[in-house]
Amino acid sequence: MSEKTEPNAPRGWLYRAWDSDVSYSFRTSPVAISAGLVAVIIILMAIFAPWLAPYDPYDPSSLDLMDGFTPPMEPNAFTGNVYWLGTDNQGRDIFSTILYGARISLFVGFAAVVFAMVLGIAAGLAAGYRGGWLDSLLMRVADVQLSFPSILIALLIFGVARGFIPPAYRETMAIWVLIVAIGLSDWVQYARVVRGATMVEKNKEYVQAARVIGAHPFKILVRHILPNVMGPVLVIATIGLALAIIAEATLSFLGVGVPPTQPSLGTLIRIGQQYLFSGEWWILLFPAVTLLALALAVNLLGDWLRDALNPRLR
Amino acid sequence: MSDVLLKVEGLTRYFDVSKPWLNRVIEREDRQFLTATADVNFEIRRGETFALVGESGSGKSTIAKMIVGLLEPSAGRITFDDQEMNFASGAAMRTLRRRFQMIFQDPYASLNPRWHVGDIIAEPIRTFGLASGNAISREVGRLLDTVGLSASDAGKFPHEFSGGQRQRIAIARALSSRPEFIVCDEPTSALDVSVQAQILNLMRDLQDEFGLTYLLISHDLSVVRHMSNRIGVLYLGRLVEVADGKTLFTHPRHPYSRMLLDAVPDLTLSGRRRRQVEGEIPNPINPPPGCAFHPRCPHAFDRCRQEIPQPVDADGSLAACFAVEEGRI
Amino acid sequence: MAQPLLSVRDLVVEFPTRRGTLRAIDKVSFDIQEGEVLGMVGESGAGKSITGAAIIGLIEPPGRIAGGEIRLRGERIDNLRPEALRRIRGRRIGMVFQDPLTSLNPLYTVAQQLIETIRTHIDLSEREARARAVALLDRVGIPAAARRIDDYPHHFSGGMRQRVVIALALAAEPELVIADEPTTALDVSVQAQIIDVLKEICAERGAAVMLITHDMGVIAETADRVAVLYAGRLAEIGPVRDVITAAEHPYTRGLMGSIPTLTQTADRLVQIPGSMPRLNAIPQGCAFNPRCPEVFGRCRVERPDPIDRGSRRQVACWLYDTAKAEEAGNV
Repeated sequence: MSEKTEPNAPRGWLYRAWDSDVSYSFRTSPVAISAGLVAVIIILMAIFAPWLAPYDPYDPSSLDLMDGFTPPMEPNAFTGNVYWLGTDNQGRDIFSTILYGARISLFVGFAAVVFAMVLGIAAGLAAGYRGGWLDSLLMRVADVQLSFPSILIALLIFGVARGFIPPAYRETMAIWVLIVAIGLSDWVQYARVVRGATMVEKNKEYVQAARVIGAHPFKILVRHILPNVMGPVLVIATIGLALAIIAEATLSFLGVGVPPTQPSLGTLIRIGQQYLFSGEWWILLFPAVTLLALALAVNLLGDWLRDALNPRLR
Repeated sequence: MSDVLLKVEGLTRYFDVSKPWLNRVIEREDRQFLTATADVNFEIRRGETFALVGESGSGKSTIAKMIVGLLEPSAGRITFDDQEMNFASGAAMRTLRRRFQMIFQDPYASLNPRWHVGDIIAEPIRTFGLASGNAISREVGRLLDTVGLSASDAGKFPHEFSGGQRQRIAIARALSSRPEFIVCDEPTSALDVSVQAQILNLMRDLQDEFGLTYLLISHDLSVVRHMSNRIGVLYLGRLVEVADGKTLFTHPRHPYSRMLLDAVPDLTLSGRRRRQVEGEIPNPINPPPGCAFHPRCPHAFDRCRQEIPQPVDADGSLAACFAVEEGRI
Repeated sequence: MAQPLLSVRDLVVEFPTRRGTLRAIDKVSFDIQEGEVLGMVGESGAGKSITGAAIIGLIEPPGRIAGGEIRLRGERIDNLRPEALRRIRGRRIGMVFQDPLTSLNPLYTVAQQLIETIRTHIDLSEREARARAVALLDRVGIPAAARRIDDYPHHFSGGMRQRVVIALALAAEPELVIADEPTTALDVSVQAQIIDVLKEICAERGAAVMLITHDMGVIAETADRVAVLYAGRLAEIGPVRDVITAAEHPYTRGLMGSIPTLTQTADRLVQIPGSMPRLNAIPQGCAFNPRCPEVFGRCRVERPDPIDRGSRRQVACWLYDTAKAEEAGNV
């Protein structure tokens, strides 16, 4: 009743965005605001890591092995250097490695989600609009894939891909292989949601109106149907981002992810857990807390977005 | 140039409503087909309004969809201006498509909610390449003006308009390819009566101004009476009567037409006692044999239960009824 | 005049939203006499269904009754606790909605639902209740009622389902039946049957009916009196024949003229320009003034209250304020 803008209020799109229901629901939800704040802080820190980080953990020349295992906020026994969050076994500043690690994790997460989204949307649109055998084929493939845990699929794809890549390129290609592996294990969700929404939208009269004038099916899909199915896609993409970040961490933790020279949050956790029982708890704790905060914040944002875009659920 | 703009011959459409293959095998069921329209014939003359009336399951929307190419006929031919419509052939159809348009029932669903009104109206212009650049927005402004909105509305989104205004937008869009023929599928049934009057008046004005030919699909007899020159009455997918507007409402021939007229509430408070209408529409998957109307018909006799009646000429109307054919009513 | 069965006085229903409070019903007053059929017409959004919902206490939160009184036989029912209201619903006020499927539970047979309703409100044995249920179904025109009573709602066609709902609404012999668009979802040929059944059975049992519909034809054939709502306000109320043949409010006149009829041959329908305002943009003064062909200065500033026009007829329009002035002059 009230989401309509005033008929005689020609304001800019910025005002309209601020005034929209989604924006209002964000402004009035403390959970969404705090989750958004946490996510934005971590993302900004990751993006600006090269300027924010006090040390460059990738530069071996700046490392001093003597600095290894420095506890947080305490001077190192040999060098007297103080690190906020301590250092790891090689003397790398934990705070800096977390910033750079979050950068890798987020990059892999975003890229994997975009990849899965593009793949899933294309498959979903085609299956939902065309129907028939194409629909059956795509959805049976999806069914089969859903019957395996996605991490297993990612492992499988990762393993197969490594077999094809010459050893010289493995290090540099690892991150892309990871993105493809996570993306391929995740497209099904998007495809299913888009297919369902497409089947609803394609019977609506505005699509029929476009068909009456003989608009090309591709144009109908991209210009008419796609914008109207993006709402639920954004919701699963947000939650999918959290899942992709966790999947990346899991794979890296298992040692099949990014190479240790470019540690992601998962790699850091793997390194850290080796030292947990010898008393160097900080090497594990801080990366793990960062991962947890990031995944939780993104997940809560996804939950909020789902409710905000679907007023009937409220 | 012939007088007939659209001709429909033997138009038939089945829908496969079978359960999925696996269920059929397990439950030992045969395929099931629903006959939405069967052997429908009519002509629409240039400049007239031809109406198809019927209740749910009569197949009126199916016919409309087949005429504009949203559904493929199972059998029969549709001829537009002496050219047979063949929606499979792209190039030949392109020129024909520009000449007909459709207005839909629900103005809340027929406009893409993510598009600006201007783009919605301009879509046919762009698709058929009728104008380009600034000429498009000038044309859109002119069209909005024609349907009683203002050119500045082009920049708004559909949700900023009321139901009646949206239907005006849908009409402006339908006019934008300068068609000769418009299929109007229940154009006012989602609207309130006072808004319905605005839209019906507008449709008539546009018909006079642009020499349009209308096919009006409706379940509302008073709307049909007000708008149409000739009327076809459908029952369970078959045309039971075709007559002039005046003739149908003063001398309905087919028993179903009579029943429909009796069912319309009397607003004039003439005190006319209506005949009680009996029964409901049967399931179209399993229609009664013979004339589909016979279980509800006060004049039914043996022949009606066995044979399907064909339309015959009866005092200027065409009626598919054995009782009429044999002169008993 | 005797005490009315239902009396609604200055009813106000509000829906708080983040852009301010919307008044869906704004000071609506009307009475329903015993055994009377009151039609309530208006366009979508005029507030006719919300009025019905307010009477039976079914306004969806955050909407609320923000003012006025509703009395059933003199007893206030608008401020009852939910528990007490539930006892009135069904027992003293029956309900028939547009979609029969919202009133029938798909998981229970018709017999179970009817018998439960009867026994909740009337002290009868299972057998007596069943006999009564069969008689009711038979009365609303369900063929072979004794056998079909054990069917589930989905076994019935749309028209038959609505008959079952009417039986259900009347099961506890209520004094008032609120029927909200009871025929809108049905085919034309079935609509007439349902209206006839509803009208006859209520007359038989002496139940009053509040018939909410957008269809003037249904009102004309069924109602004794009719109330016309516009933008949440009462425009005109009076005996159905007077309102239909000689409407006084310019809105009602426009509305009547805009309905195409089977007998009329006019080329153009009367049309009211524009559309009903949204609830957040109701103009000052009379809500109809921007569309009114007979608008004058006062209409734009001052809101007209319903003015008595004799024979239980009221019109909320300044055109008829002269009557008041004369009256004052005579005294």
